[in-house]
Amino acid sequence: MRILAITQRVLKELMRDKRTLALMFFAPILVMWLMNVMFSANSNTHVNLATVNVSSSLQRRIDNVKDVTIHPVASEQRAQDQLRQQSVDGIIYYHDGRYEVTYANTDASKTALTKQALKAGLTQQTIGTLTGTVRQLQHTLASTNPQAGRALPQQAAKQSPTAPKINNHYNYGDENTNFFAKIIPILMGFFIFFFVFLVSGMGLLGERTSGTLGRLLATPVKRSEIVYGYMLSYGIIAVLQSIVIVLATIWLLKVEVVGNVVSIIFISMLLALIALAFGILLSTLANSEFQMMQFIPIVIVPQIFFSGIIPLDSMAAWVRYIGKVLPLTYAGDALSSIVLKGVSINQLGGDILALLIFLIILVILNIIGLKRYRKV
Amino acid sequence: METTIALQHLKKAFGKQQVLRDIDFTVHQGEIVGLIGPSGAGKSTVIKTMLGMERADGGQAFILQQPMPNRLILGRIGYMAQSDALYEDLTAKENLQFFGQMKGLRKAKLAQEISHVSQVVDLTADLNKLVKGYSGGMKRRLSLAIALLGTPELLILDEPTVGIDPALRRQIWRELATIRDQGRSVLVTTHVMSEAEATDRVALLIGGQIVAFDQPQKLEKQYDVPTIEDVFLQAEKEAVK
Repeated sequence: MRILAITQRVLKELMRDKRTLALMFFAPILVMWLMNVMFSANSNTHVNLATVNVSSSLQRRIDNVKDVTIHPVASEQRAQDQLRQQSVDGIIYYHDGRYEVTYANTDASKTALTKQALKAGLTQQTIGTLTGTVRQLQHTLASTNPQAGRALPQQAAKQSPTAPKINNHYNYGDENTNFFAKIIPILMGFFIFFFVFLVSGMGLLGERTSGTLGRLLATPVKRSEIVYGYMLSYGIIAVLQSIVIVLATIWLLKVEVVGNVVSIIFISMLLALIALAFGILLSTLANSEFQMMQFIPIVIVPQIFFSGIIPLDSMAAWVRYIGKVLPLTYAGDALSSIVLKGVSINQLGGDILALLIFLIILVILNIIGLKRYRKV
Repeated sequence: METTIALQHLKKAFGKQQVLRDIDFTVHQGEIVGLIGPSGAGKSTVIKTMLGMERADGGQAFILQQPMPNRLILGRIGYMAQSDALYEDLTAKENLQFFGQMKGLRKAKLAQEISHVSQVVDLTADLNKLVKGYSGGMKRRLSLAIALLGTPELLILDEPTVGIDPALRRQIWRELATIRDQGRSVLVTTHVMSEAEATDRVALLIGGQIVAFDQPQKLEKQYDVPTIEDVFLQAEKEAVK
């Protein structure tokens, strides 16, 4: 009863605060749209590649790829010079049966385009050789033994030359260097976390400084009822917020979501509840709205770095342990799995369990924390 | 006559600062008691301890015969703090409804109570306005109306008449007198000495101690001065010595 009354009140207040609502719903879309525009501005880049010792048929096939131009160079040394002078964006050097590929890698989309072009060229070449061989074999066999002809393509496929080995070299960064598509699920989670944290923290801070919390606690309301009332109202807001963000991501940013949208909303809601509980908890440590803002660089920004936008696998152990105690890590992992790999929610039990543990601990801390303002 | 508030040897310190030293204080059924004292004397701490927002270091606080802190007892108390403590984005009516629900009032009873208390504080015409647009005096009255919700057996009012016009102040005191005559109790802190004069008994809190606690007329006689204001000044002077 009281929980619903609190929920209703919080929602009513939020609905009348149009600016805050706009912040929660449109700011994430705006930022993601801007990022999308900035990143995709690179998509029609043109790539110049130096090739050394590469067969002319492969050169032709790579050159056929849109936005790629091939510049055959006599020696690897010359090619490296050109790469340094930035007249080419990458080098393909055929050497000892391997393709040694060096990328300038200052622009992730150029690197991706180079990889695609080389792969496309090689595949085409393989298929070309393969079909040639098969046709030849079929032709010879069909004349001698008509029945064996049908079984042959498989046999030929088995004998097909193994894909040539490619060694990648990066002048700057590595293969994981920045990709909007990869970070978008984590960004979605981050925005939900950030705005719910801020707005709910400010909300409870406002209740404390205006004295309404004191007045509320001077009624027989239970401390837990206050926390649950807040959670319910912000849970509803979070569901709406994640629906808007997810739909905007799909329709406006044209990001492909492989998995189930409902699963995304479920994870988002869980994350929002954690953000809410976290915001309320930290708001008790702040004495003003400005002090609340000071938590952003301390507790919000680090979460971005540890949440999987940058893969932590290769980093020192202590870095990975920090990531493990931050809720955004688990939400980011779950959201990435759903959006990028289409993993079903049933297989994300570990992430969901971790998020639930965060939630339960934070809720308990909040209920206990309110004891500061009333002893029962 | 039953006691509604009984503080026995109440002590409270915040860190090294001793705010309350051995407070003994009672309020009976059907009386209006004033609590006066200079700023920083510990009035707010006394009230917070009564409400169970703070726990006493020593001694005990009984409200309606129950030891505090006690959550359920709070449903039988009307409390009005020094700050207005209102939801500015809600209308006056929504504020009243919300706090009424928190106090556990049933729907039908709540509507009836809201129309009664808003009449008492003269806000009936402005009930559907957002509190944001209220004047300081109107907010104070709304705050008082919230405390009056649910006909509480005990009213604890912290500076209830600050920023309220004299005519309305009289009306509020008449309402407090009615409440007393119904056998309910009122505890009022105030800075307005003429209001202290209107109470049944008045307690002087100085330096965390009750230095005097009696009927206003008796205190005036005891200190041999004409008004409560003089009693206050006299007592303060003696306390400094």
